[in-house]
Amino acid sequence: MQKEYTVTVYTEDRIGITNRITIIFTRRGINITSLTTAETEIPGVFKFVITVLSTREKLDKVVGQIERLIEIHRAFVHEEDEVVYQELALYKISTKALHTAGDVEKLIRENNARILTITADYFVIEKTGHQQELTDFIKKLEPYGLIEYTKSGRVAIVKWSRRFHEHLKELDKSVASY
Amino acid sequence: MQQKDVLPMKPETEADKRSAVKPVITGSEAVIRSLIAEGVETIFGYPGGAIMPIYDALYDFQDQVHHILVRHEQGATHAAQGYSRASGKVGVAFATSGPGATNLVTGLADAYMDSTPMVCITGQVAATLLGTDAFQETDVIGITMPITKWNIQVTRQEDIPGAIAKAFYIARSGRPGPVLVDITKNAQVGTFEFEYNKCEFIRSYQPVPELDNEAVTAAAALINSAKKPYIFCGHGVLLSGAENELLSLAEKAQIPIASTLLGLSAVPVDHPLYGGLLGMHGNYAPNMLTCECDLVIAVGMRFDDRVTGDVTTFVKQAKVIHIEIDAAEINKIIPADIAILADAKEALSALSQLVMPAKHDAWLEEFRFGHKKEYDKVQHRELYPESGEIKMAETVRLISEKTNGEAILVTDVGQHQMIASRYYRFKNPNTNITSGGMGTMGFSIPAAMGAKMGAPEKEVIAVVGDGCFQMTLQELGTIYQSQIGCKMVILNNNFLGMVRQWQQLFFDKRYSSTEMVNPDFIQIAKGFFIPGKKVTAREDLAAAIDEMLAHKGAYLLEVVVEKEDNVFPMVPAGAPVSTIRLE
Repeated sequence: MQKEYTVTVYTEDRIGITNRITIIFTRRGINITSLTTAETEIPGVFKFVITVLSTREKLDKVVGQIERLIEIHRAFVHEEDEVVYQELALYKISTKALHTAGDVEKLIRENNARILTITADYFVIEKTGHQQELTDFIKKLEPYGLIEYTKSGRVAIVKWSRRFHEHLKELDKSVASY
Repeated sequence: MQQKDVLPMKPETEADKRSAVKPVITGSEAVIRSLIAEGVETIFGYPGGAIMPIYDALYDFQDQVHHILVRHEQGATHAAQGYSRASGKVGVAFATSGPGATNLVTGLADAYMDSTPMVCITGQVAATLLGTDAFQETDVIGITMPITKWNIQVTRQEDIPGAIAKAFYIARSGRPGPVLVDITKNAQVGTFEFEYNKCEFIRSYQPVPELDNEAVTAAAALINSAKKPYIFCGHGVLLSGAENELLSLAEKAQIPIASTLLGLSAVPVDHPLYGGLLGMHGNYAPNMLTCECDLVIAVGMRFDDRVTGDVTTFVKQAKVIHIEIDAAEINKIIPADIAILADAKEALSALSQLVMPAKHDAWLEEFRFGHKKEYDKVQHRELYPESGEIKMAETVRLISEKTNGEAILVTDVGQHQMIASRYYRFKNPNTNITSGGMGTMGFSIPAAMGAKMGAPEKEVIAVVGDGCFQMTLQELGTIYQSQIGCKMVILNNNFLGMVRQWQQLFFDKRYSSTEMVNPDFIQIAKGFFIPGKKVTAREDLAAAIDEMLAHKGAYLLEVVVEKEDNVFPMVPAGAPVSTIRLE
């Protein structure tokens, strides 16, 4: 059955690695709904967190084909309940709203959001959470004059991982070849 | 010609290393010296603007590296593939940027599908021009990403030796494949202190998985309790050099073997346990008995759809042991009850030790029975016709007999390929060279010339259709210029025969664009100074084959064969294997 999965991929730091990974989804007609990547605690090793709507059966094969790539360390597919994850959203609101419309402060407090910056024209609110909470918050802010909204992809940590940090540290001992 | 000394590649001690003077050379010379350090003796290629500095460097090394000037870059890739498959070495091809590079695409994709180790080196515009739509600039890295095992663009001369070392290591290790190294012009002309170290390790790449002894033990238990065990022999057996290990396992427990198209020649056709060819146009018994066996031992094969037909019914009644070096192939098509992720040779030799001697006479009898049925219904009339036009099969039978099954057979794609694969009686490993996964028409002529370069002591015979021949016939120019003694047999039915067969069977005989009005092939060969002969009558066929084989050097034999011949048996595409048709 098609549902949302999180795919995590550990890679070397190479030009084009994103392309190499995404091609494998493209071939099977799987749309990537979000993708984030950043360096891990080990310099030169990157982690991709990719969300997709697909089936477990397809993704197990995709992950195998990703792992086959030379510059990939490991790739995994995770069910929703196997990862702890967060997404981050920013909301830009007209500063006028602070004076005219209801109680913004209460709204921010109740939703565990926070104000990042305030200028004469606008202020920016940050909120982390899951997709649904973040989009629900848009509706709550709309009466105040939402100017812009943006959301990150996912960052995720695996519940069942035991010693991935140790594993990466071992990698670090072997120098990345050219 | 200026001669250059071979460099000391690996200084003996640390002290030597420190004191060794590293020569300052250009990136282009570094390319050639790196190739020499990897043992490269033959390169197939075609020069052009962005690779000219490398060709200039090559000029000084003509005594060490033999460059074959092809007539089209696609020919260079197929020649490199043929060379590799015949010699076991990594094939090497050169091309310039832009169109030179894009012409490599078909050969790269073919080598990727058929796990052939190949390193392609392309010239590229200067680094400062990258991304500007410069003359003959193309994003060959982006284009070839999905069809190479690995590729890299090198923009600094000092990165050349490392990139080439890694390219060769990746191409030949694990499941082999093609690699492309794209080198910008500035890196080719810039100078640096050259030093070459072979690559033996990449931390994110494990080419040969560690053998899991528990899996081997479990597999042996399955084999020991099987009543109708059945080995599928794939290309991986040849790539790993596991032919003897496979036979010892099969002989010990009396297990019949069937081969995939690319696994052909791993097991001698006349071996008593050899059951024949799997797949759409394979043999009757080995296909039918996939529905009867209780255990499949699949070695170095990937359950291609041409082998499985309908996957929902394929080997459903049997347990499956899958021995495979590439983890991504496990459970990709057919779920494995036991997966042995390993090199085939290592896995088979471990497995042999745990397998008990056994007899499966009744089971083997089923293969013989099926073979007799196919022989009576199909093979006899194909191999020994007494009237009518010449048959493809009888031509292949004669070639097989006259070469004693010992030639390297290079086939193209289509009916003639299936017929040649069905009827040539292979004796020795690595003597079957064909385009399997990609089914690339035009493969055989350049591949045969590469194979002859890779195994000059062997008779190399390309069997090619009239359609395929016209896709790469310009390589006759290469064969003439470089005096490559491969033999070519055109089985000419004036049709794109396999497509015509499908039109006949599945498209109500609507022969849409499959009939060919052909040129005079013998005149064409003559234009390239290659002798040849055209045969239209059965009584002339044997003598013509003798004449071809007796000729020293390249030779073209055109055999005009039955126009509307069909290849049987046949499993209709996507249908269960049990629906195999004998007529």
